Amino acid sequence: MSRASLFVPLGIFIGILALGYVGFSLDARNQLPSALLGKPFPEFSAPLLLEPEVQITKADLLGQPALVNVWATWCPTCKSEHEQLMYIASATDVLMVGVDYKDRPAQAIQWLQQYGNPYDYVIDDRDGSLGIELGVYGAPETFLLNAAGEVVYKRVGDINIRIWENELLPRFKALEVEVITQAEALQGQPTVGSGAGQ
Amino acid sequence: MIPELGHFSLVIAGVLSLFTALVGLSGSRNSLLQRSVVSMTVGQFALTLLSFSALVWSFATDDFSVAYVANNSNSLMPWYYKVSATWGAHEGSFLLWILITSGWMLALCLRGHQYPTSFFTKVLGIMALLNLGFICFSLFTSNPFLRLIPMTPVDGADLNPLLQDFGLIVHPPLLYMGYVGLAVPFAFAVAGLLEGQVDSAWARWSRTWTNMAWAFLTAGITLGSWWAYYELGWGGWWFWDPVENASFMPWLAATALVHSLSVTEKRGTFKSWTLLLAITGFSFSLLGAFIVRSGVLTSVHSFAVDPERGMYILIFLALVVGGSLTLYALRAGQNSTQVAYSFLSREFFMLINNLILIVALAVVLWGTMAPIGYEAVTGGRISIGTPFFNRFFVPLGLVLAIALAVLPLLNWKRTKAEALRPAGISLLIAAVFAVLIWFVLDPTSVVVATAVGLGAWVVISHGADLYKRLRKGTTLPMAYVGMTLAHVGFSVCMIGIAITATQSEESDVRMAPQGSVMLAGQRVTFLGVVEVQGPNYSAQQGVFLVEPESTGSYELRAEKRRYFAGNNVMTEAGIQAGLLADTYVSLGEPLADGAWAVRLHYKPLVRWVWLGALLMALGGIIAIFDRRYRSLRVRDTKVIGAVAQS
Amino acid sequence: MNPKRKQRLYLTVFLLLVSAGVTGLLILVSGENMNMFYPPADVVAGKIPPEQKVRAGGMVLDGSVVRSETSLAVEFQLTDHKGAVFPVAYSGILPDLFREGQGILVEGEMDAQGVFQAEEVLAKHDENYMPPELLDIDMQAKPNAYKAMPSIDPRAAKGDAL
Repeated sequence: MSRASLFVPLGIFIGILALGYVGFSLDARNQLPSALLGKPFPEFSAPLLLEPEVQITKADLLGQPALVNVWATWCPTCKSEHEQLMYIASATDVLMVGVDYKDRPAQAIQWLQQYGNPYDYVIDDRDGSLGIELGVYGAPETFLLNAAGEVVYKRVGDINIRIWENELLPRFKALEVEVITQAEALQGQPTVGSGAGQ
Repeated sequence: MIPELGHFSLVIAGVLSLFTALVGLSGSRNSLLQRSVVSMTVGQFALTLLSFSALVWSFATDDFSVAYVANNSNSLMPWYYKVSATWGAHEGSFLLWILITSGWMLALCLRGHQYPTSFFTKVLGIMALLNLGFICFSLFTSNPFLRLIPMTPVDGADLNPLLQDFGLIVHPPLLYMGYVGLAVPFAFAVAGLLEGQVDSAWARWSRTWTNMAWAFLTAGITLGSWWAYYELGWGGWWFWDPVENASFMPWLAATALVHSLSVTEKRGTFKSWTLLLAITGFSFSLLGAFIVRSGVLTSVHSFAVDPERGMYILIFLALVVGGSLTLYALRAGQNSTQVAYSFLSREFFMLINNLILIVALAVVLWGTMAPIGYEAVTGGRISIGTPFFNRFFVPLGLVLAIALAVLPLLNWKRTKAEALRPAGISLLIAAVFAVLIWFVLDPTSVVVATAVGLGAWVVISHGADLYKRLRKGTTLPMAYVGMTLAHVGFSVCMIGIAITATQSEESDVRMAPQGSVMLAGQRVTFLGVVEVQGPNYSAQQGVFLVEPESTGSYELRAEKRRYFAGNNVMTEAGIQAGLLADTYVSLGEPLADGAWAVRLHYKPLVRWVWLGALLMALGGIIAIFDRRYRSLRVRDTKVIGAVAQS
Repeated sequence: MNPKRKQRLYLTVFLLLVSAGVTGLLILVSGENMNMFYPPADVVAGKIPPEQKVRAGGMVLDGSVVRSETSLAVEFQLTDHKGAVFPVAYSGILPDLFREGQGILVEGEMDAQGVFQAEEVLAKHDENYMPPELLDIDMQAKPNAYKAMPSIDPRAAKGDAL
């Protein structure tokens, strides 16, 4: 075979590589905004984890900005973001709502006792029905609602210092949530965060 | 501390592989430096083994402070699944990949004395360079040792229940042995190109390693297919899923390589082609890793989608494959020797064999990549299903079988047409057999009868050749035994595929307790559902009584399991395995009044598919023990090389 | 021409013919066997050609699943949560992860009554699986298995070690 034909495999390979690269950039479409964004939070009625006889509805979340955090004890990442949530709870006057997703209540209560409870309300969603309403992909997931109950921001994954500073804090300001100070906010930097990415 | 130790040893192993690569590829003639390559390789293996053991230890001791353990294990899991969970997801399985690469390098060192030193150090240098890339990938994009401190979870999230299974314990290690094993012939090819030595001796060195890697790959794919069959509850054993294709493509290239190497060894020809196949085989291993781990193609098997990882592998692929193919384009022409052969010769049939395998490879590649191309061009989404692959693989398999049946009668260089007469006789016998099958299995297609007939032809012609040799009283070379076994394995596999694909019976039915249905002449009665408890799950177990017409009846139990940690539901099929047929029951969902949706399968000869594949793998291993591969000293090989070239 | 060169020429011509033939066949056969994918909006708009095997997908509409009392026949509706809804009929065992609100793929044909007659219903064995064809449909449940999103549901997209 002639010399030139030895380059044919290289040519074919470059073609395949290009296709792989194109497929890869197509994949960026996976990052889609949530359909809930800018839309009202769904109506719901669910019991509270700590007071099972009390039902909470969407009306309870209205009137002030609220941060709805979907978590569970089976979710290791929820653990890693817990400290950041504790910090947000202490540093702001936002209404903190936890959705205990597909979990066992006894374990969840024990978790809150052990690590502290950042939430104003903890919704017991043991069958995951509220999660489905919310289109929850997994845990943790976090929604930020304005006073009218519309979803203004959604985070799939953990709330870490980076998300807090770059995504949540500016939106909190826009919603006029009281935040203690930027300097104090920085002190709330959790020591983990880096480990959560895996 | 233990995870940090593992992390640290991986870093040191990376540093060692960097030095091994630098020294190995520098081409230094300093004997001290050359020997240091071997000791560094041993050190690298010890360190990766330590690193891997540290991760196993973290799993075994339920160290949920390690994020990877917390995400993939649970204290309720039995110990053996805790250990196998180490390679149950991306990070850990890649560490296993690295360990296996180091393992192959260590194995190379054990036989290093057989090869010329400068060639051997280059081979190790290339392997070390590859391993460096793998280690960096692990450290920078998928570190399994990251900790969750101070928020250590009380318990882990559990391993995906599908993977809590014997199949998963063995399937990935075997498959990776094959994937990474192909790096050895790759390194031999690149070193051969660099050294300008690609001759019969080179082919002989490469063959042992290629056969081993190929056999592991064959066994790994077979196990994967078997696992999918009993674990997914669909009763299928091959889905042309992108991830399956990703393992099938290197296999096709490696199969072509195994054959092409034998021509290069025996006749000193096909050199450029053999080199190209050696590069291609490993390239497809890497491409497979890209497909599986980048999320470009979503499949039932895919790992978490991660653009960073995908991009890393894509760049690595571009460097390794692009680099070696450029080297090939520049250097491969230098070695060309021209040896004449006629159309009726072993060489020509090997060429046909290679051509078929490469066309098959092109088909799989096309079927896997076309949806991406289509979307890139038109923006629309398509899927390419099983019919596409079948359209090609049925004729390709049949033509391959014809070539295989004639092969034992062919000599190298040229064969007289009269010598083929025995093939005519065996074809006649096989045809009679096929016609009989045709009548027994009626109504069935011509293709099935042809496949069975051709399969029988391959077996008969190999059997006749074996008989002829035994009668002459010559001792059989192991290479010959291995080849015969592998070719018989191919026929067994082909017959199994043809029969099970067309003669299976499948029905989805609604079954009330005590209700029964007929399945392939057997009465299947649903006795009801009982609750059972597993270590980390609870299950509803459907009990079925199967009464064949002739022999005794037996019970089958199929389960619907619910795993505690994530509330996962999983189907566990009940299978009565048999050499002639499997009876397969799986539970669908509960319906009203205690009735269940039930899936029933009767699958004749399905075991032959895996049995045949395992025979092929066994043949590949047996061939390695041929006398001529045993303890060749460098000076001997030089003589042999010289003889082969003259 | 000497015999070697002649043989080489034959071989080259042979290889060229084979590769051209194979390429042609690949294009032809994949054209015959590819299944186009239609999102709910296109299905409702009647874009599916009759009597042709295609794939469609969407989310199972809440409360739409109706099982037959006596057989395995089941009917449900698929939606994109943006107003497009179409009915699907299927007979057989649904995947473990088939449930209301879940994104699924169906393969089959559109009948004259506008009911999608599914031969196959696909959902991954992973609860968070989003069939790739469904990614563009704006749905409530979002696939986003990126590294930025660490632990997912334990059933999660961590995938199998294969």
